[in-house]
Amino acid sequence: MEIKKTSLNKLHQSNNAKFVEFAGYEMPIQYSKGIIEEHKFTRSHSGIFDVSHMGQLFIYGDETLTDELEKIFPLDLKNLKQNCSKYSFLMNEDAGIYDDLIITKIEEGYLIILNAACKDKDFEILSNLLGSKFKMNLDNNRSLIAIQGPKSVEILNSIINGVDQLNFMTGNWFDSDNQKLFVTRSGYTGEDGFEISISNDKAEKFVENLIKKGAQLIGLGARDTLRLEAGLCLYGHELDINKTPVEANLRWAISKSRLSNGGFIGSKKIMNQMQDGASQIRVGIKPEGRLIAREKTKIFDDTDTQIGEITSGTFGPSVNGPIAMGYVNKEFSKVDTKILLEVRGKKHPANVCALPFYKKNYVKGVN
Amino acid sequence: MSEVKFSKEHEWITLEGDVATIGITKHATEMLGDIVFAELPEKGSNVEKDGTAGVVESTKAASDVYTPVSGEVVDTNQAIVDDPSKINEDPEGSAWFFKLKMKDQSEMDSLMNKEEYDKFAKESAS
Repeated sequence: MEIKKTSLNKLHQSNNAKFVEFAGYEMPIQYSKGIIEEHKFTRSHSGIFDVSHMGQLFIYGDETLTDELEKIFPLDLKNLKQNCSKYSFLMNEDAGIYDDLIITKIEEGYLIILNAACKDKDFEILSNLLGSKFKMNLDNNRSLIAIQGPKSVEILNSIINGVDQLNFMTGNWFDSDNQKLFVTRSGYTGEDGFEISISNDKAEKFVENLIKKGAQLIGLGARDTLRLEAGLCLYGHELDINKTPVEANLRWAISKSRLSNGGFIGSKKIMNQMQDGASQIRVGIKPEGRLIAREKTKIFDDTDTQIGEITSGTFGPSVNGPIAMGYVNKEFSKVDTKILLEVRGKKHPANVCALPFYKKNYVKGVN
Repeated sequence: MSEVKFSKEHEWITLEGDVATIGITKHATEMLGDIVFAELPEKGSNVEKDGTAGVVESTKAASDVYTPVSGEVVDTNQAIVDDPSKINEDPEGSAWFFKLKMKDQSEMDSLMNKEEYDKFAKESAS
């Protein structure tokens, strides 16, 4: 199958991107400055991320759409205000996660942002569940640009006046340069920032404009170190079809009002696990010293019994040390529990720690 | 000091008396990206030509470091373990990895000179 390219591919090339294949797309892993510089620039200034490979699923319908979506997602969508976003999951009957996603209530429907590697399957699953009653559009004509970091609000507001009035996890349509953009205040780096949905033919010029105002392009490499420092899950690593939201320590994302009555896919399993606890749970892990424990590293207790596995591990540039996340048996999930990580045949000490590794700077409320 | 020689695994080596100094090339660091971890062989241990003699890790991945010649490890560079970013800054100078007391200096003969290595690196990168 031919590799897919986003509408910013030429711009990446002219900015000396190193490319990797990710979910069938040719995506920039880094630019000439490298992952650590890009990471730090995002934390101190403003980084631009091409996330156009992610799915933008628009679903339109009458008031029954909300009822139908509540049968799928563990969310109180009836009480979700227009232009407000929620983090959620598409699950199977065993509460195994097909995908994690952001759903925003828009005029006459919903916008769901899906992971690149999952979007086609998600579309199929949702089409089967919803039938033909609603208009569903996995929109390939729109690019998705994230801008993240403390200077982002100032930079973006100078191009799209009014975005500074958005609260975290809300969005709206904006007019800019004779085009309609959907902007949400959100992101996946632990920084204040925005995601902008924009038609493909306008995307390059828009990003060039952001660069002129002082933001810089950042690759997927730094996106990974940033999200890991922020303690955020990445599908295919922390989350997959064999993990539930309770095991992933994401029970905060399940609406309390939906737990008493259930009625969403996977609700039985979720309610059982909420009551009895899950046998394994996602935790933060800090190796002692400088050792990096990568994905699939086995975790042991001091009696040589395997108690878990690392799902993501790297060097955290802002933490200035190694960081990881993984799953451990629940009796080892308390903060400060001593564990051992097997790297290259030797066991190295590490500690279970609180997440995030790096404190968030989200803007909670501007109005 | 002898001329600098290079291996296909992107190590450089110089010889002074019977002690070889070994590190990784600038080309290798450019391929790896930001190096954030280094592990070196133990002083006093013996390493064999083309065997693993350490590890470097970038933000992205771990890579083995090989030794282009055999010998006994007589010194290691603790400075790059304490601050691995030094490897990116000066890979073919102060950020050497380890020194070996060589057993068989003829092992140097099969290694590449600078011109040969530059050509090899250019070809293997494309």
